[in-house]
Amino acid sequence: MERDNHQEGVAEGVKICDPPAESNPPADTLATSLSLLGNHMFPDPVERNYGTTVNREEPVDSLLSDVSAEEPSLNAESHSNQVTKLETEETESPECQNNVATQPSDRGAQDAATDSDQGDSGEFVVTMLAKAKLEEQGLGMKGRSSPLLEAGTEEYPAFMSHRDEDVTADSWRQHRKHVFVLSEAGKPIYSRYGSEEALSSTMGVMMALVSFVQSGDNIIRSVYSEENTVVFLQKGPLVLVCVSSSRQSERQLRGELLYVYYQIISMLTQASISRIFEHKKNYDLRRLLAGSEKILDGLLNLVDSDPSFLLAAVHCLPLASSLRDSLSQILQKAITPNLVFSILIARNQLLTIVQEKTVIEDTRLEPADVHLLLNLIGASSAFQAGEIWTPICLPLFNPDCYFYAYISYLDPPECTVCLLLLSTDKEAFYSVAECKRKIEEAMVAQNSLSLIAKVQSYSVSQVGVSDLRHFMYKPFDVPDNYRQLTQFTSPEMEAPYSSEEEKMRLLDLYRYMHSRIHSTSRPLKLIYHVAERETLLAWVTSKFELYTCFSPLVTKACAITAITKLLRWIKKEEDRLFIRYPPKYSTTPNPSKSSRGGKSDQQDSTDNGFLSLL
Amino acid sequence: IDMALRELKVCLLGDTGVGKSSIVWRFVEDSFDPNINPTIGASFMTKTVQYQNELHKFLIWDTAGQERFRALAPMYYRGSAAAIIVYDITKEESFQTLKNWVKELRQHGPPNIVVAIAGNKCDLSDAREVPEKDAKDYADSIHAIFVETSAKNAININEVFIEISKRIPVVDAAGATSGKGFKLGRQASESRRTCC
Repeated sequence: MERDNHQEGVAEGVKICDPPAESNPPADTLATSLSLLGNHMFPDPVERNYGTTVNREEPVDSLLSDVSAEEPSLNAESHSNQVTKLETEETESPECQNNVATQPSDRGAQDAATDSDQGDSGEFVVTMLAKAKLEEQGLGMKGRSSPLLEAGTEEYPAFMSHRDEDVTADSWRQHRKHVFVLSEAGKPIYSRYGSEEALSSTMGVMMALVSFVQSGDNIIRSVYSEENTVVFLQKGPLVLVCVSSSRQSERQLRGELLYVYYQIISMLTQASISRIFEHKKNYDLRRLLAGSEKILDGLLNLVDSDPSFLLAAVHCLPLASSLRDSLSQILQKAITPNLVFSILIARNQLLTIVQEKTVIEDTRLEPADVHLLLNLIGASSAFQAGEIWTPICLPLFNPDCYFYAYISYLDPPECTVCLLLLSTDKEAFYSVAECKRKIEEAMVAQNSLSLIAKVQSYSVSQVGVSDLRHFMYKPFDVPDNYRQLTQFTSPEMEAPYSSEEEKMRLLDLYRYMHSRIHSTSRPLKLIYHVAERETLLAWVTSKFELYTCFSPLVTKACAITAITKLLRWIKKEEDRLFIRYPPKYSTTPNPSKSSRGGKSDQQDSTDNGFLSLL
Repeated sequence: IDMALRELKVCLLGDTGVGKSSIVWRFVEDSFDPNINPTIGASFMTKTVQYQNELHKFLIWDTAGQERFRALAPMYYRGSAAAIIVYDITKEESFQTLKNWVKELRQHGPPNIVVAIAGNKCDLSDAREVPEKDAKDYADSIHAIFVETSAKNAININEVFIEISKRIPVVDAAGATSGKGFKLGRQASESRRTCC
C-alpha cells in the first residue's frame, strides 16, 4: 500500500496531521481552533473527518522494479477517496474573519460538545491550543465549497486588481493558492489576494497557531483538510503561509514559500530585515515593500506556470552554439572593475551568462537567484524606460549584501532583449553603462539583435517520437569544476496543452510526478503513471532527471523506447539546448562577495544600505 | 554654428506615486502612461535641448519614491546641478515629504544646487489638497523654482527644465564649465549619442 503523501515530512519535524486511529479531545479542540482560521479560509467549519485524506494508490511491484504503476488518474483517486462527506448546517458568516470572538458554535454536531460554549475565542484559541498535544494527530479539516466555484479560475473585471478583492467573498476563498506573509508580531506584510488590512485578523490567527506550537518547542509545518493544504514556513522574523487546493506536496509548497521569502530578501536583505525587527518587533514591513507587490504577485504567477521553479533549474533559450558563443564573447569583452555577472535575456529566458572567475570559484550561481532576477525584470515595466540602477541581493549567493544591478533593454520600444550587469560597486553606474554601449555597438556590428529575434523555442515534433507530447529534461552538472548553472530543457507546450487550463493540468501532473520521485519517505527512481488523458513517465538517474508526457495509449515498452530516442536526440542537440560551459571573465584582482564600494572616500548613509532607515 | 554642449545632472525626488517618472517620460519621450509601474532603484535618461546659444544635455536621474530606496538618494543627488522635487497637489502628505527633501538637500546636497518644486497632477484640481499659493510661498521662501505641472496633459513640463537652464550659472568666456558646485561633463564619450 502506498503511503499517504502527508506523512512525507514527518521526519523533518513535527507537524499536525492525521493517523486515523487517534482521537483525543485536545487535538479535537485544536481542530476547532483551526476553524477560526478555517472559517475564513474555507467555506466550512472544521470537522474531524478521519480517513478521508488518505490517498489510496495501488503500486505494482514497486520495490522490485522501482516502477509504481497507478491507475486511474490523480483526479479520480482523490474523488473516490472522499468517503463520507458530512452534512453541515453551517451557514456562512463572513463577519467571522474580522472578529475572532464570533467563533461559530454551531459546527458539526460531533464537535459541538467540546467547545461550543466558549465565549472569548481569541483567548480560546490560545488556551485550547495550549492543551493540544501536537504529536497526536487527529486533525482533518473539511471544507465544503460550491461546485459552481470549484473550477477555481474565476475571471475578474479588468479594472479590479487582486488587491481590491473582497476577502469575504466566496470567490476569494476559491483561489487555488493563497500566500500570506506576516511578521512574528502578526502584522500583515503581504497577501496574494485581497488587501492586507482586511486580512489582519486572519493573519493574527495564523500567528496564534504558529506561536502556540512554538511555545511547546515545536514548529507547525502544515495542516491538511480535504480540499486545502496549509503550509507554514518560518524564516527569521517572517512567517509565510500557503493555503493551497492545488494538491501539490507539502514540500513543493514549502519550496514555493521559500521563493517568496527569497524575493523579499532580494529587495531588503536578510540582515536588514533581522535588524529592523530586532529594533521594532511590530514594524510594518509593508512600508519598505510598498510598490513591490507586483514583484511578489509576478513571482507567484511564475511559480504556478513555469516549471523552472519546480525543477530548481534555469531554462535557457535554444540557440545555435555559434550565436551563443558570439554573444558570450561580446559580454566577455565589455568589462569594468567589480563587474561580476553579465546576463543577456530574451523573452524572459537566458541567452547567455558570463561570470566573474574568482567570484564563481567561491560560490556558484544558484538557479533560484537567476529566477528571482528574471522575475524582477519580467514583473515590472519600470525597466523599459531608461537605464536602471538598483541594489539587489542574490539571497542564495549572499543573503546579507547587495549587488548593484544595471538593467537596460537593448531593443526599445519592443523591449524583448534585456541586458543585466551586476556589480559590487554602487558607484559604478557610469562605467557599467559604458559596458552596455560597448555591448550595444558590438551587437549592431554583428547584427545580433535580428538573429536573436528569429530564435524560437522548439517543438516536440522535432524529436521525432510520435507518441511523445512533452518533456522536461534536467541534466545534473558534470563535471562540476565547470561550475555549471543547473539547467533544464523543455519544448513548447503544444496541443492538446495549448489553453491555459490544459497547460496548468499538465504542470499539475508533472508536479505530482515530481512529488512522487522526490518523496522523502519513499523516493522513486522511475514512475509510470497512467492518467486520464495522458500517460507520464518520470525517471531520475545520477546523470539526469526526466519527465515525459505521452499520449494515453502508449505502452510501457513503447514509452521506454521513446525515451531512449529522446535521450539520443537531446545528446545530439545539447550544444543548442544548453549553455554548455558558462563563460567567465576576470574583472578585478580581489573581488568580494560583499558589495563594498569601490572608493574608500565615499562615506555616506548609503553605505549600510537600508539599515539607515531606522 | 558650433554650439557649446553642457551636461546638466538633474535628479527627481519626491514621494512615491507623485509622478516623477511621468514628468521625465513626458519631457524625454513626450508620452504618458497612466499605468506606469513604480520605479525600481533609479532610472537614468538623457535629453538634449537648446538653450540660447548652448546645448543643454540633461542627465536625468529619476529616483524611486519608495521608502526602501530612500537611503540611496544621496548617490543620485550628489553632484547634481539641479533637483526637481515633485509633490502631488491632491496629496497633502506628499507636500510634507517634499519639505523633508528640501531639508535633506540643504544638509547633504551640493551647496549651489538649483531646486525646482513641481506640483504635479494639476489636471486634478477638483481633488486639490495643496493650495497653489501655499506652495508658491514656500518655494519663494527657499528661493526655489515653482510650477504646477501635469505630466498627463503636458502642462509646464518643458518649462521646468527651461527654468533650470535659466538658473544654471553661465559658462565663462573661455568655455570652460564653471565649478559652481555641480559636476559637469561626466564623460566626453556620452555626448556622442545625443539626437542633436
